[in-house]
Amino acid sequence: MYERIRGNPKFDTLVARRGKFAWTLTWTVLALFYGFFMLVAFAPKSLGEPVAQGSMLTVGVLIEFSLFVLFWVLTAVYVRRANSEFDALTREIIEDARKGEK
Amino acid sequence: MRRLSRLATSLGLLATSAVAFAGPALDGVTQKQPTNWHAIIMFVIFVTLTMGITYWAASRTKSTADFYTAGGGITGFQNGLAIAGDYMSAATLLGLSAMVYTQGYDGYIYMLAFFAGWPIILFLMAERLRNLGRFTFADITSFRLNQGKVRTMAAISSLTVVCFYLLAQMVGAGQLIKLLFGLDYNVAIFAVGLLMMIYVIFGGMVATTWVQIIKACMLLLGGTLVMLLAVSQFGFSYQNLLEKATAAHKLGPKLMYPGSLLADPVTAISLGLGLMFGTAGLPHILMRFFTVSNAKEARKSVLYASGFVAYFFNVIFLMGLCGIIIVGKNPDFFEGGKVGGKLIGGGNMVAMHLAKAVGGNMLLGFLAAVAFATILAVVSGLALAGASAISHDIYARVIMKGKASEAVEIKVSRVATICLGLVAIVLGILFEKQNIAFMVGLAFGVAAAANFPVLILSMYWKGLTTKGALWGGYGGLVSAVLFVLFSKPVWVDVIGKKAALFPYTQPALFAMPIAFLLAFIFSKIDGSDAGKKEIEAFEDQYVRAQTGYGSAATGKH
Repeated sequence: MYERIRGNPKFDTLVARRGKFAWTLTWTVLALFYGFFMLVAFAPKSLGEPVAQGSMLTVGVLIEFSLFVLFWVLTAVYVRRANSEFDALTREIIEDARKGEK
Repeated sequence: MRRLSRLATSLGLLATSAVAFAGPALDGVTQKQPTNWHAIIMFVIFVTLTMGITYWAASRTKSTADFYTAGGGITGFQNGLAIAGDYMSAATLLGLSAMVYTQGYDGYIYMLAFFAGWPIILFLMAERLRNLGRFTFADITSFRLNQGKVRTMAAISSLTVVCFYLLAQMVGAGQLIKLLFGLDYNVAIFAVGLLMMIYVIFGGMVATTWVQIIKACMLLLGGTLVMLLAVSQFGFSYQNLLEKATAAHKLGPKLMYPGSLLADPVTAISLGLGLMFGTAGLPHILMRFFTVSNAKEARKSVLYASGFVAYFFNVIFLMGLCGIIIVGKNPDFFEGGKVGGKLIGGGNMVAMHLAKAVGGNMLLGFLAAVAFATILAVVSGLALAGASAISHDIYARVIMKGKASEAVEIKVSRVATICLGLVAIVLGILFEKQNIAFMVGLAFGVAAAANFPVLILSMYWKGLTTKGALWGGYGGLVSAVLFVLFSKPVWVDVIGKKAALFPYTQPALFAMPIAFLLAFIFSKIDGSDAGKKEIEAFEDQYVRAQTGYGSAATGKH
C-alpha cells in the first residue's frame, strides 16, 4: 500500500506543493519575527515614535499589533488551503492506491 | 545591572508561567489574606460543574484510547480552546499584566515572543504529529526505531519535564491560593492534588479536556469583562488612555519605548528558542494533538488556539495599561496607602486589583476563581501526560512489549496518577519556602533540548537511527540539566556556591545544538544493520506522515 502511494506521481505533487507552501510561510514568520526583534535591539527609538504628530499610537505598537493579526491570518491561510486542496489530493492518492490493491 | 538581573529573573519566571503553566510568578512566600468568600463560592461552583463532567466522563472512559486521548473524539474547536487553556495560565494573566504595568511596551514585546511559536508548530508539526502519533509523542520518536530503548528515553525525559513542572505549579498554586482565597498553604496543596487526581483517575482525557475548556472560557470571559470595564473609564479611546498612562507612569513617555528586553541578547535569544521549541516538546501539549480525529481537526485546533491566544494577549496589554492609572494611582491598593510603594499582595496582583477597582468584590472573586481553576486544569494535564509515559510507554510497550491488556494498562495509569499526585503533594509541602523558578527553566530546557530535537529529526530526517536518537536525547537531557544546575539560580541561589559555572540562565541556545549535533554524528557513524533498516523504514513512515494513511484514528472511520 505505502509502496503504491509512493509510486503515484500525485504523491510527489502533494509533498512538493505542501512542503513549498509550509516552508514559505515558516520563513515569512521567522523573518518578520526576528526582523522585528532586530528593530527592538538596534533601533528601539524608532519604535517609540508616534505614527502621526500628536497621536499616542506609537510605531512599535502598530507594528506589533499588525504582526499578531498577520501571523494569525497566515495560520488561517495555511489551514484553509491544507483542509481543502491538500486534503482532497490526499484522499485521491489513497483512493488510487486502494484501487490498485484489487 | 540590577535591573538586568531582575529582568532575567522575571524572564525565567515568565518562561515558567506564561506558557501553559499556571505557576504564577509570585515573589517568594506570600502573605495569607482574609478569607475571600466570593472567590470560594465561585470556585465551589466550578468544582461542582467539573465534578459532574468527570462523573459523565467516567462512564465514557472504557478503553486506553478513551483514557489517554478521549478516543480521538474532541473537535478542532474544542481542542483549540483546550490548547489555549493550556497556554494561557494564571501566570499569563497575572505575570504579563504586571509586566505591562511596570515596563509598558516591553510586556507587549514578550507576548509576541510567546505567540510566534504557534504558526511554526502548525506549518511544520501539527499534521505529522497527528498522523504518526497515538497516545504519547514517544509513539512518533520510536515509530521506526528501537521501541524499548527510544521509548524508555522519551519516558524519562517526559517524566523529568512533568515532575519539575508539576512541582513548580504546586508551589506556585499554594502561594497564589493562600493569597487569593485566604486558605492555608497546606490546605491549598492538598485541594489541588486531590482534585487533580479525581479528574484524571476517573475522567481521563475527557474530563481533563473539559476542565481545560471551561477554564479557558472563564478566563477569556473574565479578562474581556475587566478589560471592557476598565477601558470604558477612558471612553474607549486608546489616545485618551495612553495620554493618561504616560502621564501617570514613572517612565513617562519612555513607557512605550522598548526597554531592557534585549540588553543581553544571548539570554533573550536563548529564552526565545526555549519558549518556541520547548512548547513544541512539552508532553502535555503534544498529547493534545492526539485527541482529535485527523490532521484536518489538528490544524483547526491550532487555528482556534492561536486566535484565542493572540486575542487574549492584546486584552492583557490593555489591562496592564489601564492598571497604570486605575490601580497605580489608588492608595487603597498599596501597602500603607503609599502610592508608588509596594502593591498589596505583591507585584503580580495588578490584574486582581484592577478587577476589584472596576467590578467590585464579585469580579475579583470571579477572577480569583478563574486563577484557581487554571492551576487545576494545568496540573491535571501534566499528571495525565506523566501517567501515560509510565503506563503506555514504560509498562505497556517496554515491559510488556505491547502485550498488556487495556484494562490492566488503564489500571497502571490510574495508580501512576495517584503516585504522581502524592509525590506532588509531598514535594509541594517540602518546597514551600524554596525558590522554584529554576524548575520551570529546567522543564523547558529539557523539553527543548531532549524532546524536541529527537522528535523533529525523527519526523524530518531520514538518516536518524536509534543510536543517534539515544545520544541526542540523553545528551540534550544531561546538558540541559547540567547547564541549569551550574547557572546562578541553582548553583549560587540554591546550593550556595560563590560564582555560577555557567553564565546564562537559559540553557536552550547551548543544549539544543549539543542534542542535534550528537544525534547527527552518532546516526552518521552508526553502520549497524539495524540502523540501515531504520533508515529504510523512513519511507513508509514518510508516506504515513504526509497522507495520514494507517494513522490511529482514520482506522475508525
